Amino acid sequence: MEHRPLISVEGLARRFGDASQPAVFEDIWFGVDKGEFCCLIGHSGCGKTTILNVLAGLDSPSEGAVIVDNREIDGPSLDRAVIFQGHALLPWLTVMGNISFAVSSRWPSWDRAKVQDHARRFIDLVGLKGAENKRPAQLSGGMKQRVGIARALSIQPKMLLMDEPFSALDALTRGMLQDEVLRICADTNQTVFMITHDVDEAILLADKIVLMTNGPGAKIAEIVVNTMPRNERHRNDLHKHPQYYAIRNHLVEFLVNRSRAFDQEIAEAGYDPRRLKLVKPGLAAVNPPAEVVPLRHSS
Amino acid sequence: MGNTGPKDMKASLGLRAGLLSLLIFVAIVGIWQIATMPTAGTGPAMDPEYAKLVGAAAATGSKSAMPTPADIGATIWHHLLDPFYIRGSNDKGIGIQLAYSLGRVLLGFGLAALVAVPLGFLIGMSPLVYRALDPFIQILKPVSPLAWMPLALYTIKDSAISSIFVIFICSVWPMLINTAFGVGSVRKEWLNVARTLEVGPFRTAFKVILPAAAPTIMTGMRISVGIAWLVIVAAEMLVGGTGIGYFVWNEWNNLSIANIVTAILLIGLVGLALDQGLAYLAKLVTYPE
Repeated sequence: MEHRPLISVEGLARRFGDASQPAVFEDIWFGVDKGEFCCLIGHSGCGKTTILNVLAGLDSPSEGAVIVDNREIDGPSLDRAVIFQGHALLPWLTVMGNISFAVSSRWPSWDRAKVQDHARRFIDLVGLKGAENKRPAQLSGGMKQRVGIARALSIQPKMLLMDEPFSALDALTRGMLQDEVLRICADTNQTVFMITHDVDEAILLADKIVLMTNGPGAKIAEIVVNTMPRNERHRNDLHKHPQYYAIRNHLVEFLVNRSRAFDQEIAEAGYDPRRLKLVKPGLAAVNPPAEVVPLRHSS
Repeated sequence: MGNTGPKDMKASLGLRAGLLSLLIFVAIVGIWQIATMPTAGTGPAMDPEYAKLVGAAAATGSKSAMPTPADIGATIWHHLLDPFYIRGSNDKGIGIQLAYSLGRVLLGFGLAALVAVPLGFLIGMSPLVYRALDPFIQILKPVSPLAWMPLALYTIKDSAISSIFVIFICSVWPMLINTAFGVGSVRKEWLNVARTLEVGPFRTAFKVILPAAAPTIMTGMRISVGIAWLVIVAAEMLVGGTGIGYFVWNEWNNLSIANIVTAILLIGLVGLALDQGLAYLAKLVTYPE
């Protein structure tokens, strides 16, 4: 049997309205391996959130399927935790209440004390110790999103699905939360699928960046492998890494030009949605191709 | 000017408003006093039959049947001294009468809540049920609850239960509509949270939809109890027997304006208490976003 990733997206398409309507996206094929941090990047309106909702089981595709753990998903599951863009905390519950709600949904037989102990562990993990009894309205945007992260992690899911989780935050808070997500995911070897339109966020967090073209009829153009090892990615000196600009330029070039004109590109070069190109722009920067001989070796 | 002032400014606004209220009160009482002052001298001679009918004081012309503020004060004091006496079926303390009315309102309102909240849930969650029941609600909602009274008297054959039914029918609509609206407009993302956590339909209803819709439901209850308290007076005037509405009508037959004014004040106070009670409950379930 061939290798199948933990999440396998197979031939996904989504139309709103009847079959005569153009698809928002079509023929989407990609996979996410266990322990991998995968970012989907693309412009607004290309159907990123719809793909995430299909993965979450909140929406169903018009065509194709998503296979998780060798089973086709047919609805939401506690194995796939979602971190929503707008944090989606229940405003009448405290921080503890919000997380306990998730924990007791996962383990209905647990008593109150056990649920709260477990919830408290995850409140501590995201650095919200002392804020257990606050309501969401009393928290800052960053703290709310931390609660959302703690809620998702507390049910110990097989994978995390994040829909632009940091886009509503200010730059400083965003950076701090990115670092924490990176740390937590590394500690727990969590599989993550995240949507973003922030190139630097993708380079910092992702092992693999899936590039999506503009809709309607959006496609996956290619997959960029982040060849910068996780332990070399630090927010403060990311820009000093030798591979950084090569990857960044590749992504920006895609978002600015190629995402719009991808249909022309494939008309010339060919395209198989099931066998996407794996691009490693970072390696080209550190190991220049053999034919480009550096000047100092020429003499 | 001054609307963003510090706390002492706000306190002084409260103080000034209180003073103004007091001033208005004094002015009303003063005008009332002047208007009802006994006219000097003896009035024209009067037919003794008519004098008997309208009361001795009015007949002499020295004093109108309209009581002075002092008369009202004395009457209120008299009622407050012994609000719960029972001296025969037509002579019960004003407290007893209010208790009858309050009991009917709470019973009718409670029964209406038992029907309206679950039904509103169903309407709010199911577009099918919403569309199916909408014409009935739209037609029945604007009907004056008193129009149901003959129908209730004919079918129930009990005047006390009929007035409770009238309270039920007038309380049901605001609660039903508000519950359906509150349930129908629960934020999609909260429902999605419940779905991704694989929360069952009952737990979702009680742990997510009910608390989310609770402020809207409470607003409906507050409107309902207000309408019920308006309607009970009229309903009791119709069916008679007991209750504050009957008391008012009875005192009209006795031409005791002082008792009627007393009843009006007490009806207002009880209505205020009901409204504030529900406002307090609404505050308990309201959440800031």
